[in-house]
Amino acid sequence: MKLTEEQQAILDGKEGETLAKVMETLVRYGELFGADRMVPVTSEYNHLVTSFGLKALTPVYDLMDRLIETSAYSKQKFSLDPRPLDPKVPANFLQNIVFDHFMYTKQDEYEAQLKKLGTMDDDAYTCTCYMEEVGNVPKKGDILSWSESSAVVYANSVLGARCNRNSGIIDLMGSVVGFVPEFGLLKDEGRKATWIVEVKTTKKPEAQLLGSAIGMKVMEDVPYIVGLDKWLGQLDDAAKTYLKDFGAATASNGAVGLYHVEGITPEAAESGRELLADDVKTYVIDDAELERVYKSYPVIWKKKDAKPKLCFMGCPHMSFEQLTTWTLRVEEALKKNGNRKVVVPTVFTAAPGVIKRFEQTEYAERLKKTGIILSYICPLMYMNNPLSASMPVITSSNKLRTYTSARYYTDDEILAQITGGVQS
Amino acid sequence: MRTFNGRVVANGTVSAEALVSHGGLNTLASFQKALQFGDKSATCGDQNNPDLYGKKMAGKALCLPRTIGSTTGGLVLYCACAMHRQPACLLFSEPIDSLAAAGAILQDIWLDQEKMPVIDSLGEEFLAYVKDGMKITVKENGVVEVESDK
Repeated sequence: MKLTEEQQAILDGKEGETLAKVMETLVRYGELFGADRMVPVTSEYNHLVTSFGLKALTPVYDLMDRLIETSAYSKQKFSLDPRPLDPKVPANFLQNIVFDHFMYTKQDEYEAQLKKLGTMDDDAYTCTCYMEEVGNVPKKGDILSWSESSAVVYANSVLGARCNRNSGIIDLMGSVVGFVPEFGLLKDEGRKATWIVEVKTTKKPEAQLLGSAIGMKVMEDVPYIVGLDKWLGQLDDAAKTYLKDFGAATASNGAVGLYHVEGITPEAAESGRELLADDVKTYVIDDAELERVYKSYPVIWKKKDAKPKLCFMGCPHMSFEQLTTWTLRVEEALKKNGNRKVVVPTVFTAAPGVIKRFEQTEYAERLKKTGIILSYICPLMYMNNPLSASMPVITSSNKLRTYTSARYYTDDEILAQITGGVQS
Repeated sequence: MRTFNGRVVANGTVSAEALVSHGGLNTLASFQKALQFGDKSATCGDQNNPDLYGKKMAGKALCLPRTIGSTTGGLVLYCACAMHRQPACLLFSEPIDSLAAAGAILQDIWLDQEKMPVIDSLGEEFLAYVKDGMKITVKENGVVEVESDK
């Protein structure tokens, strides 16, 4: 890799041993993927995946201490993934003991450490940092050093920024030195689509199912999706919400870091089929294919017909548009089913900034009346322990399904279950 | 015995028994129990991986196509190494993915202890040939020897 004088000086230790090691890490990382130079990070803010003070991650906190001790701070402020704990979310006595005394014992200590390194503010804990209410919205063409697969795929695809699927720690190191290795999704050729996905469904496909199907098929490749624009119309708030959930499913069920939707996403709207690589494979998705994918999910509950004890919506965090739409849908379904409150304890999750905006509207009180709890928690971190894993939890998130024992249902099925309609 | 050639991601030589995953290794799901609940043998906790689920990964020559899942993947591998609960080596049939690459490099550069050799691009044939329990020797320059006698 060819380094600039400034980069070489850092690598040679002119700015200390710690920064030299940070640079060495990034250079070796880039060389593995054929990067021939390091390019400046240009986004205003970074986004980090590690927001949880897990005792098990003590080696990471030790490494961060080494950065702090040598004043190797982030050159950018950053947002982070959601907090793993919220007292508002139902947990039994045993779960609370496990969370507080065994798992997240380092939470306060870690948040203090992150503050020193450069947290944007106390509300910057969300996987949907790209919401206007949070304020970490990269511009088209910005170079990022982000991690969090759902945020990376959104920034690349919907915002047209440029970011690889970085791991935790690598994310922070990019903004400590201010450079990232140029490879993959940072380059024009890495953003070309090697799959053309033809959506031929008879109704608007469920975002979470469509994303899952595409992710499992193309894995880490870039898909160019045709036939979805007819269902999305234009890139408005509803379409952005759809693409948020769709993208998270492509990134977790596969390893997609960028997708193009014909006529909708910025690069596709600009360059159209010029984005197709020379040799493209085709994947046709119709109603039957979505059904096949849905039926393929294993149910890993011990008791397969158990009554759900909890429902999570919002992995990734829900948008303002989703919170208002769902308040209306739940109210209407409850009325239809003759219930006043939800019949399965249900948690909607959203970014702290989105929750604040929502709480200023009349919908907040209406949602509360349905019995639904609104939280900033990370459902994934709540679920990631044997006690929660043995609970029958339902979700509309294909990401949560992939990483935990939560069972996936479509939006309509979730609505029916939590409002006491027909069980699926 | 068969010999395969790959690319060195993290240097080192080692001999260990093979443990094979034909699907991608979901790093977070697989190592979660090892890191959080004191399981020193690193029993794989990923219920979606039938090849590895319930098997002890620590000290094994882990043979796999790639890693998948959360972008915490790299730091989870780094922590497994720091806590001495890592496989003896990681042997990838495909070119390494960005998350495993991060874990491999971080442990190599930032930990002052025995390193975990990591080799990638060993080819599909490697993964088709190697079976659980076979003796693996990782030599210099990305050479991997596989002995079929247990």
